[in-house]
Amino acid sequence: MIKLQKKILTVKNLKKYFTTQQGVVKAVDGVSFSMNIGDILGLVGESGSGKSTIAYTIMGIYTPTEGEILYKGDSYLNKGKRKISLKFKKEMQIVFQDPGSSLNPSQTIKEILELPLKVHNITKNKRERLKKVKEILEMVQLSQDYLYKYPNMIGGGEKQMISIARALAVNPSFILLDEPTSALDVSIQSKIIRMLMNLKKKLNLSYLFITHDLSLMRNVANYVAIMYLGKICEIAATEEFYNHSFHPYTQMLLSSIPVLSEEEERLKPKKIISQGEIPSPVNIPTGCGFHTRCSKKMDICEQEVPEMIEVGKGHFVCCHLFNQKFINIKT
Amino acid sequence: MPLLEVKNLHVYFKVFEGKLKVLNGVDFYVKTGERVGFMGEMGCGKTTLMKSILKILPMPPAVIPEGEILFKGKDVLKIDKSQLLKLREKEISMIFQDPTAALNPVFTVGTQLYDVIKYANLDKNRKIKKEYIKNLLVKALENVYLPDPERIIQNYPFQLSGGMRQRICIAMSLASSNSLLLADEPDTSLDATIKDQILRLIDELIEKVGNTIILVSHALGTLKNITNRVYVMYAGSIVEVGPTKELFNKPLHPYSQGLIRSVPKLTGYGIGEGIEGNIPNYLSPPVGCRFHPRCKHVMSICKERKPPLFKINIDHKVACFLYQ
Repeated sequence: MIKLQKKILTVKNLKKYFTTQQGVVKAVDGVSFSMNIGDILGLVGESGSGKSTIAYTIMGIYTPTEGEILYKGDSYLNKGKRKISLKFKKEMQIVFQDPGSSLNPSQTIKEILELPLKVHNITKNKRERLKKVKEILEMVQLSQDYLYKYPNMIGGGEKQMISIARALAVNPSFILLDEPTSALDVSIQSKIIRMLMNLKKKLNLSYLFITHDLSLMRNVANYVAIMYLGKICEIAATEEFYNHSFHPYTQMLLSSIPVLSEEEERLKPKKIISQGEIPSPVNIPTGCGFHTRCSKKMDICEQEVPEMIEVGKGHFVCCHLFNQKFINIKT
Repeated sequence: MPLLEVKNLHVYFKVFEGKLKVLNGVDFYVKTGERVGFMGEMGCGKTTLMKSILKILPMPPAVIPEGEILFKGKDVLKIDKSQLLKLREKEISMIFQDPTAALNPVFTVGTQLYDVIKYANLDKNRKIKKEYIKNLLVKALENVYLPDPERIIQNYPFQLSGGMRQRICIAMSLASSNSLLLADEPDTSLDATIKDQILRLIDELIEKVGNTIILVSHALGTLKNITNRVYVMYAGSIVEVGPTKELFNKPLHPYSQGLIRSVPKLTGYGIGEGIEGNIPNYLSPPVGCRFHPRCKHVMSICKERKPPLFKINIDHKVACFLYQ
């Protein structure tokens, strides 16, 4: 029972299908993971792998086709029930990828930051609200000059800080970061990431960090999950993940990172020539979705969908190569 | 004589509010067979510089009040229109940042490639046969490892994936046996594994053809793998230049140091500090060194004079008064 309470977010067999003219798109196809309080889980994948769909489903923007999402052990999203209660909305916040389009251009920063305070009845009157807004701005290290500016008057990095400030306004305990720095330069990225890490320590937050940058996750996350075609291929604690990766796709991703120093070069797995592209989610290949690009493909991969196999403590791989049953047959 | 030499190039954009002084005296050269890189944040004027070499900047609003762009000894800014077209047809080609925007959506890929090859091989004295061009076309697509070229030439750009589109653009720019290739962030809009494939392809092709390449990127790892010499740009001027390895191991300019330090490392050890502040407003850029409002080592002279490039060794130069 104690163990259950430590979990902040549990996703069980989550599926999200979209029906289009071309057929059913299986954007997310059976994803399960869980996060403890204070965790940072990095969800990494190429575009079209379903990362953002997971994010939007967790936030309740999409209704899941199947599966369960539990927040601190409570289910807040049942099939058919669209509305999430304010209580959960206050606990979970999201920061979007493009800071330019997620802030209302016709509102001042003050108005933008006041809205969540009004919706959640956090402050009673105007004076209190202004005080709180100033506090929030201080939290993200922006001066009070920003209060009466409009989003188009400030730079991309500052806009993203305002988005983060807006998420923090309601004192959430879980923040979903959907590629918060991919639209920004590296010099600004490191500033924002440092701030996010400080805030996490100070406010005891948990982050679900969606990104495609594996070297960034090395420095930030304590768990990393790799997604491919709506499924998780590998999930492990960061140290373990970067030192002993198992899935051929993970190795392909890691070996294709362009790095700066010799030291990093040595950490990368042996060069695996990346080939092919992510298939369209309308016609997912049979069996393992990755078999069309895999260098270690076996006959079984085309026929059977691999299952999650625990190869180490908390380290799961979704690949036939590590299935004891097949290894025995081979030898 | 270097293949391309740019001397004291200034580019302004005239807008309603005034003059945006984007390029502020850029000097650089590229020798035949060299692989040169340009790095810097967004809005540093990298793309403006590339476009002014081909003279495809929209004019107006852009004006070039000062400077020379010497390609094989001739000033690109002064030659007449027919010569300029010849230059674009046969001598210099460019790979753009976004392959979706670079291809025309209403023509098939085949038609677009056909035209490029036709004009690249145009010869007054000799008529070229259609079959000959078609042969070259298929060969160009095979060169960039596109499977089933016969089918692809009948497709429209939207029927292809991002990686395939970028391959088409590369095929197009290499179709004319040109001498200089400008690659303006060919990898930014692509995914990690596709990026790896495209960069390997560019690397291999320029090795094979012996092209000279100018690669612009803000992904520093990419530059390290492909180029031998790197220019660092900040707010419209060159702040540092050096051999790639030396510059990445020992950056001297505070800006290059900040940039290189803020790249997340695969080895861990946390995140670098980043650089305070933003790119300046080009309407009224800071006087003196344009980096001084963001610089930690700022001195009084930085606010008065623009630093020239100081020589550290033969190849390594840095525009900072710290190294005077």
